[in-house]
This record gives sequence, C-alpha cells and structure tokens, in this order.
Amino acid sequence: MSASLEEASAAVADAARSPDPMRTTPCRVRRVLRETADTFTLVLEPPGGSLGFAPGQFDMLYAFGAGEVPISISGDPGVPEVLVHTIRAVGSVTRMMQRLRPGDRVGVRGPFGTSWPVDLAHGHDVVVIAGGIGLAPLRPALLHLLAHRGLYGRLVLLYGARTPKDILFPRDLREWRGRFDVAVEVTVDRASPDWQGAVGVVTRLVDRAPFDPGSTLGLVCGPEVMIRFAVAALERRGVPSSEIHVSLERNMKCAVGLCGHCQMGPVFVCRDGPVFPYERVRPFFGLREV
Amino acid sequence: MTTGSTGGDGLLLEVAGLEALLAALRRHGYGLVGPRVRDGAVVYDTLGSVADLPAGWTDEQEAGRYRLVRRNDAALFGFGLGPHSWKRFLFPPSTVLWHARRADGGFEVVAETPPAAPLALVGVRPCELAALAVQDRVLLGGPWADPDYRARREALFVVAVHCTRPGATCFCASLGTGPRAPSGFDLALTEIPRPDGPAFLLETGTAAGEALAAEVPCRPASDAERREAESAVAAAAGAMGRALDPQAARGALGTAWESPRWEAVARRCLACGNCTLVCPTCFCSTVEDTSDLAGETAARTRRWDTCFGVGFSYVHGGSVRTSVAARYRQWITHKLATWHEQFGTCGCVGCGRCITWCPAGIDITEEARAVAGRSAGRGAS
Amino acid sequence: MSVETFEKILAEHPFFEGMRAEHVATLAGCVSNVKFDQGDYLFREGQPADRFYVVRFGRVTVETFAPTRGSIAIETVDAGDVLGWSWLFPPYKWHFDARAMTLVRAFALDGVCLRGKCERDPALGYELMRRFAQVIVSRLEATQLQLLDLYVSQP
Repeated sequence: MSASLEEASAAVADAARSPDPMRTTPCRVRRVLRETADTFTLVLEPPGGSLGFAPGQFDMLYAFGAGEVPISISGDPGVPEVLVHTIRAVGSVTRMMQRLRPGDRVGVRGPFGTSWPVDLAHGHDVVVIAGGIGLAPLRPALLHLLAHRGLYGRLVLLYGARTPKDILFPRDLREWRGRFDVAVEVTVDRASPDWQGAVGVVTRLVDRAPFDPGSTLGLVCGPEVMIRFAVAALERRGVPSSEIHVSLERNMKCAVGLCGHCQMGPVFVCRDGPVFPYERVRPFFGLREV
Repeated sequence: MTTGSTGGDGLLLEVAGLEALLAALRRHGYGLVGPRVRDGAVVYDTLGSVADLPAGWTDEQEAGRYRLVRRNDAALFGFGLGPHSWKRFLFPPSTVLWHARRADGGFEVVAETPPAAPLALVGVRPCELAALAVQDRVLLGGPWADPDYRARREALFVVAVHCTRPGATCFCASLGTGPRAPSGFDLALTEIPRPDGPAFLLETGTAAGEALAAEVPCRPASDAERREAESAVAAAAGAMGRALDPQAARGALGTAWESPRWEAVARRCLACGNCTLVCPTCFCSTVEDTSDLAGETAARTRRWDTCFGVGFSYVHGGSVRTSVAARYRQWITHKLATWHEQFGTCGCVGCGRCITWCPAGIDITEEARAVAGRSAGRGAS
Repeated sequence: MSVETFEKILAEHPFFEGMRAEHVATLAGCVSNVKFDQGDYLFREGQPADRFYVVRFGRVTVETFAPTRGSIAIETVDAGDVLGWSWLFPPYKWHFDARAMTLVRAFALDGVCLRGKCERDPALGYELMRRFAQVIVSRLEATQLQLLDLYVSQP
C-alpha cells in the first residue's frame, strides 16, 4: 500500500489546484424556444462569455431551489457566446425550467464529458443516426461538420421521431435538406394523415443510406434499444464496430465521476462518456441491469 | 527525551504518556476523535482524554452479529472494528456544498467555507489507513477532486494502532492491508497489554509525528518489549476469521455478470444498504436541493447514497437496476473488480464490517468465492 | 422495355443481388414496367394479391383505414425495396392498402405466373422464398421496434 499512499499524497497536492466542480454559475436566460409539446430550448448567456465546448458534451443545469439535471449542449460550437440546451420536460426540475422566461437565471456547471470524435472522420463519410431527443446532442456535431464541410466525405443524417409533431429542429432540418452536400432522411414511428415523409423505425433508413461502409464514421444517439439496433444496422452494412460511437444516458448527480451514480461496469458515463467508442461499452449492451 | 522514526528502535509509552500525547495534540490545535463506547458499540466520537477510550472492552462479531463483552484486562484498544469508519470525518454523511439566495432578478451562489479545523484521528487500524488511501485515490486522484474532502484531509493528523485483536469477520491479512500499517500515519502505536494497564510501542511516520513525539514522556523500548509488540501483531495476522483472494475475486467477478449466484444472494439480501454505510471506502453520494418556503434562499446538500437503493440508477422513465440481484452484483463487482479499473486498487480493505452489520449475514468473502467457483454464466470481458 | 433490359435492371436491384442468371431470366419473363401517380393505389386491402413490386423510384405508404381515424400509415417503402408478399400465401389477398406518396416507378412481377414457375423449379422457389423471408424478418423486426414506442415520455 505504500506506493499507493505516495501516489495519493501526490494526488492531494494536484487536487489543491483544481476548482470546485460542484459550484454552479448563474446564467441569464436570453431566449426560450418551444420545440415540441414537451421539448424546449434554453439560450443562456454565461457571465463573462462561454468557455466553449465540444460537440457531445453536457452541462448540469440548476433550477433555483428545485434541483439539477444533466442536459447535453445542443448549440453551435462556432457560436460559443451562448449556451444552448434543448430539454424535454419530464420531471419536476425540467418542468420548472419550461416555465422560465427571458431574464430569469439558470445555474450552469460544465461543460463535462467526452465529445463526438469528428476529427477522426476527416476524409471519410459520416453517418449520424439520431432517435427522439437524441438529435439534441448530435446537433453541435452536425453544425461542426457542416461548418467544415470540405474536410469530410459524404454526410448523412438519419433521424427518427415518434410523430411528425415530435420532430426536433425542423428549421435546421429544412435548411440542411436544402443543401446538396448532406443527405437528410427523417422518419416517424406514427404518421399523421398529412405526413409526406418516411414511416418506420430509423434503423430501416440505414440500409439505403448513401455512404461507403468501409470509410465511414457512425455517430449514434437515442434510446438505448434504438442504439443497439442502429449499431447492428451499421454493422450489417459493413461499418466496422471500431468506427461507431454512441452517446449514453445514466443517472448523474456530480458529473465529474465522484458520486458513483452513472456507473456502467467500469465506466463512469459522466466522466468517461457520455460519448463512447462503441467497442468500449459493447460488453455491457447485451447484459441486463448493468 | 528520545525521538524515534519508522523502522527505528521504537519508543515505549505508558498510559500517562498517551494522555500527554492527546494533550499535546490538543495544544497544537487538533480536535480529537477516537473510539468510545456508546449505544452498545465502539463508535468514533470526540475524545476528551484517555478515560474516554473503551478500556477493558472487546467485542464478539460474526456475520450479522455484534456485541460488546468485557476483557479481563484494561486494554484501551483491545476491540475489533465497530460500525463507524473514519470516513464520516473526511466525507461526512451530510455536507452543505453551497447556499444560494435571490439577488438582482437572479440568484447568487455562496460557497461554504471548507472546514479547516485540524483533526486528529486516534486509534486508526491499518485496514482503515488503507481505506483512507483508497478514498484519497477516489476523491482526489481523478481529473476532478473533491474540495471538501481535500480540506479535511490536509488538516488531518493520524495516530494509528496496529492491530493485535482481529475479529471473526476480519480479512485484512489476505488483502495485504493489515494487521500492520507500513506507512500512512503520523504516529503508530502497538498496544502491549499488562495487568496494571497497557503500554504502547510508539513509532513515528512523519516529521509532524516526530515533532509531536518529542513533546511526550517516553523511553526507548527494550528488545523484549519490541518483540512482544511484534509477536502480538504477527499473531493477529494468523487470527483472522475470514480470507479473500483479491485477484481471484477480481477475475471471477469481472466475467460473472450473469452468474446464477446473484439470484441466490438476492433471496437473502434486504437491499438495506447497511454494507455501504459501514464500508470505509464506499463513496457514492447524492445531492439534495432545498429552498425556504418563500423561495428566497436555497442550498445544496451532499448526502451518502447507496447503490442498493432502487432510485440510485434512476433515469427518466425508470431505474436501470430494479432487481436486488442486479444491485448486489453492482456493489460487489464494483468493490472487488471494476474498482481496479477505475482507481488502480481493490475497493475492499478487509475490515469485515459489511459482514458483521448485514442483517441477513451475507458474507462478501463467501459470495466472492461462490461466484469464482462457478463458471456458469455468460459475462462481459 | 425488352426482356433483356428487365433482366439487367432486375439483376442490379438489391433484392435480386447475387441471384443465378437463369433465375433472373425466368423472373424477367414475368415482369411488367408500371408507373403510379401520387395518390394512386398500388393495391387495396382485400383485393387478390397476384403480384409484387420492385420499387425503383418514389415512396409508397402501406396503410389501413379506420372509420374514425382515416388512413393510418404503418410504414413506407422506398426505391430499392420490394413491396408485397401476400401473393406467396393463400388466400392470396392483400391485407393492407398501398398508396403512392410520390410519383412511383416500379416493376410488377406476376405472382400467378411465378407461383407456377416456383412449383416446377423448387430451386427458384427456395431462392425467392429465402429472399422474401429476409425481407419479412427485417420488416417484422422494424415493426417490433415501432411497437416499443421508444421515444414516448414515460409517466
């Protein structure tokens, strides 16, 4: 144990220099955008400007007195002056945030976690597969890819939503569809009579999507079952599992690997994720209640 | 007056010398905590003098069983570990992290001043020193450190007591974390029981310890006294009631996600979380956000949490680990297997508290062996 | 379009990929080239299922009609997909409606003709059945996922 004690005392000295990760910073709400019936976007102004973030990272958002929730950053990494979060109102804290108005304050800690490895895709095709609210953490990656369009091969977005009314970021989708350098396919599980798009699960779109499986980076985010099937669909097309990255969700309280809640096997989803190379988490995907 | 150093000849301290040691610590501004008898158990609490120590007390322990019994001498540290670990002083069960108050249309956050009051822990067993080192790695060794723990840790003075009295649920010897502590203390004592009251072999581990020892009346220990102390610790190593092979446990648990043993242990496990509360290394915590009725002030409090709670793994829509089998598997697999990958060390130090304080008498050493003994079950690698 | 042209185009379609040339040639003998305008029905529920479609362009919605809800889309079938397997199994009737959401160009393969050929040539029958089984399994899997309603807000 003596070696570990020496290391530990070195750790004590190192730790003395790091800031308090649990301290939240009040940020002014600039805008509240209604996205769907239960989803909204908060545009926040960090005091003194943003520290910047990488696509796929998340913040801990605090509603005064009510609590804190992990929310992925959905804004443009090229516009770091504002922090944009797209939130689904599903619990007491997020429902309270839904009632916020411009000028109100939200506490922010972050950014935390790993990011989509977009640099690995230079010169290759990129297939982005999103399900439901899973499009939110992928939006910064898409905006980054489009802002540096020349660095990549073909770009494909496959997005599945529950119903046409649940489709996130319709303005973005319209704009991206108008470009000739990105293939956008949107499908819904349940169509309305006026829906002219595809009907069926998002994984069905993988079979026909235009990309070269031998030279493709796959980025996947959505409910865990959807991730499993999307990865399987990519593998069936011939994309090596080493080229697939996924973003996971677990209970998070501290966001810095200290509270233990987000463990999945040996990984802390908050610190080692939320974006993982698929192969890192694959051993646990087929297991229950890990 | 003589001074000693680690691995040196050692000093001999009488009870009066121990009293002087406590007084010297207090003189240097340290608050004192140590073992006391309370509510039928040896617990860690504020210490006034030597008279507060559990003189003449020992205990009987087995899986799911603990009781105090009288010794036939006046030994001060002649007992096994009680339900408390020192974790409560470094990583308290409840800590206010910050306050917030409404201001200028928004709110402002007021950080809690980190607790800086120096604290001396008196009577720290080697397994508990090992637990302290594990907690250092967990709470200070990663990319983010816990500032509250750091402040408390830096203000600590440790008086260790090498173990001469292991219990039936102890297994530190098999994990290499006791019964003798090679380092990690400022001062270390080995108790030598005598009919007229114990004496202590005193070693120093740090410059601070050496400075303090210089203020305490003691004399060089004789060869016989040193041998007596050494053989008492050596005897302790052979008197452990349990054993655990950490490498075998790590290997087995890392591939036993679907072992049928989990269902078997779940039929006994109450998911009460006692094991995590008495464990000196369990670090899981949650935060609670509160506000006053007027909504003017708010606070965030960190509390110990337990992976045995069904809400522990809650994500929107439900919990990841709903079955007791999955929650027990998480606890023991984390403790004995995935902890290595996360922190480069085993999460268990062999203190045996989780065995003693389990109301169902579930034994971590037995479960680890049972899982290792079965090759059934597909597992992650 | 000549039979040779059908053969060539069929062989390039993902559904027929890797099929033996003589089987493709046999199938090409049962093909007709069809076009549907937006809103046209490719088939209606209850009608005899005497063909299947190889969609080459456009999007088809498979739907059913409920009195108070109108047309309910179950899935869409796009260029590259095949549509319809009721021609394979008695009672040879369509179970859903199929409607062109856009202009649709497709090959229609005559099921009555193919059933006869499959009876006479079990190797062709097996080949066709194997490929349809794959389509049916992947659609079933997709439908199962759809049933899970993965994106719904939990109470």
